[in-house]
Amino acid sequence: MSQLRAPSATKRTTPGTGSRRRAKLGADIALALVGVCFVVPLLWLVLAAVDPQASYQAKVPETPSLDNFRAVLTPELLFRPLANSFLLSAGTALVNVLAAVLAAYPLSRYQSRFNKPFLYTVLFGTSLPVTAIMVPVYGLFVQLHLLDSMAATIFFMATTTLPMAIWMTKNFMDSVPLELEEAAWIDGASPLVALRTIVLPLMRQGLGVVSIFVFIQAWGNFFVPFILLLSTGKQPASVSIFSFFGQHGAIAYGQLAAFSILYSVPVLVLYALVSRGMGNSFALSGAMKG
Amino acid sequence: MRIRRFLRLLPVVPSIVLLMVFLLAPVVWSFYASFTDAALSGKGARDPQWVGVDNYARMAGDDSFPLAAWLTVVFVMASAVIGQSALGLLIALLMTRSRRVVSSWVGTVVVAAWVLPEIVAAFAAYAYFNRDGTLNQILGGVGIQGPDWLYSFPMVAIILANTWRGTAFSMLVYRAALADIPRDVTEAALMDGARGWQRLAFITLPLIRSSIATNLMLITLQTLAVFTLIWVMTAGGPANASTTLPVLAYQEAFKFGDIGYGTAVASVLIVLGMVFGAVYVQLLRDKRA
Repeated sequence: MSQLRAPSATKRTTPGTGSRRRAKLGADIALALVGVCFVVPLLWLVLAAVDPQASYQAKVPETPSLDNFRAVLTPELLFRPLANSFLLSAGTALVNVLAAVLAAYPLSRYQSRFNKPFLYTVLFGTSLPVTAIMVPVYGLFVQLHLLDSMAATIFFMATTTLPMAIWMTKNFMDSVPLELEEAAWIDGASPLVALRTIVLPLMRQGLGVVSIFVFIQAWGNFFVPFILLLSTGKQPASVSIFSFFGQHGAIAYGQLAAFSILYSVPVLVLYALVSRGMGNSFALSGAMKG
Repeated sequence: MRIRRFLRLLPVVPSIVLLMVFLLAPVVWSFYASFTDAALSGKGARDPQWVGVDNYARMAGDDSFPLAAWLTVVFVMASAVIGQSALGLLIALLMTRSRRVVSSWVGTVVVAAWVLPEIVAAFAAYAYFNRDGTLNQILGGVGIQGPDWLYSFPMVAIILANTWRGTAFSMLVYRAALADIPRDVTEAALMDGARGWQRLAFITLPLIRSSIATNLMLITLQTLAVFTLIWVMTAGGPANASTTLPVLAYQEAFKFGDIGYGTAVASVLIVLGMVFGAVYVQLLRDKRA
């Protein structure tokens, strides 16, 4: 693209090609510098993971090995926390998408005086700082005897991402033409049947984006399970990671790094999956595009 | 007719129930509990008493609250408004001018810090700013003896860490906004002989004004709520030197068991969120109108 455009652009700006090319090189260098600054903090993570003698120093290991990975590949350290993370995230995504699809359908299909106030109230809900409501949520969970309940935690996590999910789902649903359903209605299908057989299949991709988006957020969430789940057997990887800080302050740096990488890989893969093609509307999480 | 219209809205009910139980109820309860002496254990746990505005009065007299409020303002201004937004805009602008290889590589790296689970990003930042960490290794390489960042300059460390972690969002927003600018507008300016900074100040920035405004609201709200990063890096210390409002609310409620005071701090944070949220909703409405 830029190569195709370059000749005409230079023709119009008489000051010559030299200054343009220099400006381009300058931008390249400046941008690369920023990139280096962003990548450096990640070096330690990668280097320490393959270094059996890791510390907080980022150094190329003398004897690189996969020992750290081997050490954390146990049911207790890795598999159970990851299974818990999966259960929490998948449960959150499921509750979220179900509730969001149901809510989005009337909002997208019927004109009502209720739509706009509802959507803007929901949008307003997205602005609640979740860390601020954790103290009251803890109090609420104590009173309702819901502490340490996986299901209750899932419902709470689903609710915190629900406003965003409703907006995104409604936007995706709006792009499915209404005419297709009208045909089904004439054939006698009820709205819910039309939703299931016509609308949902057509917005498959959008639903994928919403669920992956919610899944990624839940997978990385530390504070909510940290407060609401008490027993070690239920804790997800984001919380169990603290077991690498030994009892007496000794830290298994290499294992911490290896675990961090194994725990991060799923979300990095999922993000790569949705960012391709979905780029902007995913990044702006629906609400911004409106 | 009325009933049918009502029935149509029935599918929205599950969402409304969830939002009322898990978002609205905690907020209402927070405001209520902030007027009591509710506690995690002891008398305050069994039978919380109404104490009026005591918690809020204590907040004003206490040293830790004004300090935490001030640190929160500093944190949000420096890491979100200046750090993330300005850096994100700079990266997005540079990307429009640089080679594709460079911009896609940098884009990936910047986004990686953002997509990582927050606890992993927090550990990486902790290791980076550690006394023996990468930053001091780099400084040592050019002959500078770096300080113990997390101990001597905790706010600097968490501001830089949050900028590192969050800039990707602003970058993506601004990239999308810049891509929406019609090409003939910039080309016309170019023909009129507008220089780089003139184009930026009089054409580019005014055209993406509304994206800047909504982005600023969103990242302000996100930064206001940051807890994990600070908690892992400094735990609010040393001696409250990096205790922002979320950290203070957590400490009062869970470490000292003072739910009443903790919810009072949390309520202030909720009100702050509501103010920013109201402005944000208004901005979106104007945009659509």
